[in-house]
Order: sequence, then structure tokens, then C-alpha cells
Amino acid sequence: METLQLDVHHRLRSIQLELTLDARPGETLALVGPSGAGKSTVLRIVAGLMTPDSGTVALGDAVWLDTDRHIDLPPEQRSVGLVFQDYALFPHLDVRRNVSFGGAERVDELLARFDIAHLAGERPGAISGGERQRVALARALARNPRVLLLDEPLSALDAHTRATVRGELRDLLHELELPAIIVTHDFEDAAVLADRVGVLVAGKLLQVATPSELVATPADAFVATFTGANVLEGTATLASDGLTHVVLDVGGSAWTTDQASGRVALAVHPWEVSLARETSTDSAVNHIHAPIASIVRLGNRARVRIGPLTAEITTGSIERLDLKEGEPVFATFKATATRVLAGAE
Amino acid sequence: MTRRGGAFAAALWSGAVIALAFLLLPMLAIFLRVSPGELLHGMSSGPAVDALRVTLITSAVANALILVVGTPAAYLIAGSRFRGRDLVVTLIELPLVLPPAVAGIGLLAAFGRLGLLGGTFKALGIDIAFTKVAVVMAVTYVASPFYLRAALAAFEAVDPNLPAAARTLGAGPARTFFRVALPLAAGGLGAGAALAFARGIGEFGATIMFAGSLRGVTQTLSLAIYEQFDVNFDTALAIGAELVIVSAALLLVVKLVIRWRRFNSTYTIASAASSSS
Repeated sequence: METLQLDVHHRLRSIQLELTLDARPGETLALVGPSGAGKSTVLRIVAGLMTPDSGTVALGDAVWLDTDRHIDLPPEQRSVGLVFQDYALFPHLDVRRNVSFGGAERVDELLARFDIAHLAGERPGAISGGERQRVALARALARNPRVLLLDEPLSALDAHTRATVRGELRDLLHELELPAIIVTHDFEDAAVLADRVGVLVAGKLLQVATPSELVATPADAFVATFTGANVLEGTATLASDGLTHVVLDVGGSAWTTDQASGRVALAVHPWEVSLARETSTDSAVNHIHAPIASIVRLGNRARVRIGPLTAEITTGSIERLDLKEGEPVFATFKATATRVLAGAE
Repeated sequence: MTRRGGAFAAALWSGAVIALAFLLLPMLAIFLRVSPGELLHGMSSGPAVDALRVTLITSAVANALILVVGTPAAYLIAGSRFRGRDLVVTLIELPLVLPPAVAGIGLLAAFGRLGLLGGTFKALGIDIAFTKVAVVMAVTYVASPFYLRAALAAFEAVDPNLPAAARTLGAGPARTFFRVALPLAAGGLGAGAALAFARGIGEFGATIMFAGSLRGVTQTLSLAIYEQFDVNFDTALAIGAELVIVSAALLLVVKLVIRWRRFNSTYTIASAASSSS
């Protein structure tokens, strides 16, 4: 079991990709970030489908790429399983031949493991998105790779299939004990699948941390937004009681326990925001009174948009308070639930 | 827009009828001018049989060359990005629009006895004048761009992730070509080969200038029609009928291949982009 290490410098259209990372055996590292940040390029460089301007890629003692020493192994000599974003299954081969393309020994085992044995004779065009994803995984593993790379493995799936496949994928990654890099633009996918998450923006890693660390202490406003937090910008002044008072750009103000002054961004997670019909008299000090812009139900939870904030509450609470779009409510969160972030302009 | 019975509709209809009649009449006339028995008799006459043999041999060799050389050339260019690539593609397509007489004089100027490479060929003891080699060269020259252009388009239409996937699955460049790129481009390559074959079989101008019209040696079906036209018009008609049948069969093959390709075209998945708020 070896650790995958990479150090990449590459000019990519308008951005400069500068990245150093490693993935230990059994560790899944997620690369998240907006499109065009260079995420897929990193996978292509590891797989050998692209040569960076300079850099190194090594798995344990095996050097796959070292531009200084003019080492650049072709993809077929790197032990990599790559699952492409749209799966890139061979349309002219049936499922069995797709899987056996990388190696014939484990085909029956893999067809059974991924529950696709009954599709062995089907062409990729005739099976569903979730089934294609399983075929792509089986195919990538048929070669017994020592590194697994997944490029947006869930983005081609509809919301319903996605949740199921995400769970299957998490179990698989735990079982494999390979270093794995997974590229996604969805923080929730990254949080479920990865041990560590690297936030890649415009070719640079803003933060590499466990999903819970990213949520608790986002490095900047972008990371906070990415983890789903509300980010409120404003001007802070230190108050006499040790709290910080922030006059928000969108109107109104909020209190935070973090110390800051001048331009700041304030992060508060949707599940820290509660909703009420009347002004509450509890300990929370931050209240925003605004009409409900939208209510989106996700299973037993609902995301409610009120002015600049998104609140996440149970669907039960929606019924109990009889909340409807367009009606004014009080959104409330505690000063201790807020984080002052760097990166405000 | 157009009212039934209006003058405009009448103009559309007469245009369509005139065009169809004009295009079909010469082909029909070949078959209608003499009886089917006489046509068959003309087809089995000496000059016709000789010309058919020459045409089949030279076309087979020329098309084999086009496939063997053209396929790897098209694959290389389709997968490469370099400065001047558009220029290279344009140069490949140039013979398509070149008048055959220009191709003939160009071949003479390059490979003829007094041509650029004529001295070299002579020193090597090669004399291609008035041989089947010259016919093959003329046919290859005018027909190959049809294949190259179709093959280029066919390879470019292959999703570049598929060969890339093959590489990550352990296949080297050769296995990737034969197992992935070639089967996926096969439909386009087939259509291109049929077009090249059709163009080659009707070759006239470049061949008569570069290879001459020696019966049994360099006289192809097209050249035989031209010669028999003075000698025996019915034989010329019979050879013409042969070419109409071959060409119609080829066109049918091309249409079927294109339809088959559409049916077997690669699937696409709409990627549903979702993001957290």
C-alpha cells in the first residue's frame, strides 16, 4: 500500500495550476471547487493523459512523472483506475467486454460485486445512468489499480439515483483501501465520500481539511459559501461588551462573538437559523424580519430562503408554523453561531 | 403560405419535375435505346470485358492503397493539434476541386519520363508509362482525398475520452486504435471508402493523360466508353449501363452505411449540474 504524491505546476488557459497534495492508502481525497478551477486536469495529469509544464507524480517509490528527470510514463504503465465524468463506456462493446477491457481475470467477480451480471450482454446505450456508473467502476477496478480517480462520478445521475449511488460509492471506497481522488463540485458529495477535502479555486488549494473542519472553520468566504453557509458581508465595530457589531450590506445588523473591525464576512450555517412568527425573547440576539422568498423540501428537511439567509428546518416545523412563500417571518441565530471570515472585500 | 393551385406552387412543381426528368433521362436512355439482349451482348464483347478487368484490378489495388495509407494518416492528423493543421487539411482536400486534366498533367510533371522524379525512376529501371501502375496512381490521386476527408471526420467524431479510457485501462496506442478508435470510426470509414471507390471507378481525365488508353492494359471502363463511342455505339452504351449499375449499387451501400451509423451512434448523457445553495 503506497501513498500517492503529486506536485503540479501547469498553465491552464487563464489560470495557473499550482498544487501539492498526497493521498494515503485507504484515504479518499476530494477536490472540490467551481468549474474551470482545474480539478479534472489534476486527474488527467495523475492518469498520464496530460503532461503538466512541470511537476512530479509518484506512488510510493514508483515515479510516474518527473519533468526534471524526463520521466513520464504513458497511461497504460500507470496503475490507475479512472472513472470519467460521463463514464466513457465503449458504446460498441457490451457490459462484459467493457469490464474485461482492462483485465479478464476478475470479470465475473466484478459483475457480481456491482450487481450488473444480468446486464453483461447489454450495450451501454441500453442501460440506466446508475447502471452505467457501476459498469464504469467495475471496468476501472478490473485492472487492479493501485490508485482510484473519480471525475464527478455522481453528476450524470438524477437526484434520486444519486443518493443511493453515493452510499454505495462510500462503502466501496472504504472497502478498497486504495488512495483515491474524487473530483466534485458538490460539497455534500465530498462530505459523504471523502476523508479530506481540498478546495481548489482558480488553480490553487484554498484549504485542505476534513469535511467537519471545513464547516467549522472555513478559511474564507468562498469556502464558507461552498460548505453551504450563509455569508453576510458588512462593516464591523467592536462593542464595549466584547461582542462585535456588524452592519450588514443588505440592511440590518448582526452580532458575533468573534473579534473584528472594518470590512468582514460573517458565516452562519443554515441549521443554526431558526424561524418564528413572532419576535422571540430567547437568548439569540440576531433577528432578521423578511418575507419568505422560497421553500424547498428535501426529504424531512426544508430549506427556507428569507432575505439574505437560508434556514434549514424540519418539514414538520413548516407545517406547525404554517409557513408559506411571501409571508414575513423572523429568522433568528445566536452570536455564537457566527464566524468572521477572511476574504471580504 | 402557398395556396394550392397558385402560380407559385406551379413554379415549384415544374422546377422539380424538370430537374428530375433531366437527371434521370440520360440514365434511362442508356437502357432503353437498345434491347436488353443487345446490352448483355455488348457487355460481353471483347473491349468491354477487357475494360472491366482493368478497372477491377486497378480499382482494387488503388483502394487497398488508399485504405492502408489513408487510415493511419487520417488517424494521426485527427488526433494531432499543431500549427498549420488547417493548411494540411486544406491541401489534402485540394485535389477534390482540381480539374482531372490538371491532376493528369501534374502526375506527368512529377512522375512522367520528363518529370521531376522521371530521372530517378529511370535510374532505378522503373518505367510506369502506359502501365497499370500509372492507372493505379491516377485513380489513387483523384480518389484518395474523398477517403481522407471522410476518415478525418470519422476519427474526429470519436469522443476523445474513449481512447483515453482505453489507455488508462492498460491498452497501448496500437490496441487503443484497433479495439476502440477503428470500430467506432468504421461507419464513416466505410462511407468514405465507398465514395473513393465510386470516384475512382469513373476516373477519366487524369488516367487518359497519365496512363493512356491501351485496351487490356490501361483502358478502364470510362476510357472504353470514349473509344467505343466512335467504333460501336451499342458497346459504349453497354459499358455505360455497367457503370450505371455499379454506381447505383455503391450509392445504395453508402446510404445504408450512413443509416446504420445513425442507428448505432454513440449515446449521450445530459449531465445534470446541481450545486448547493
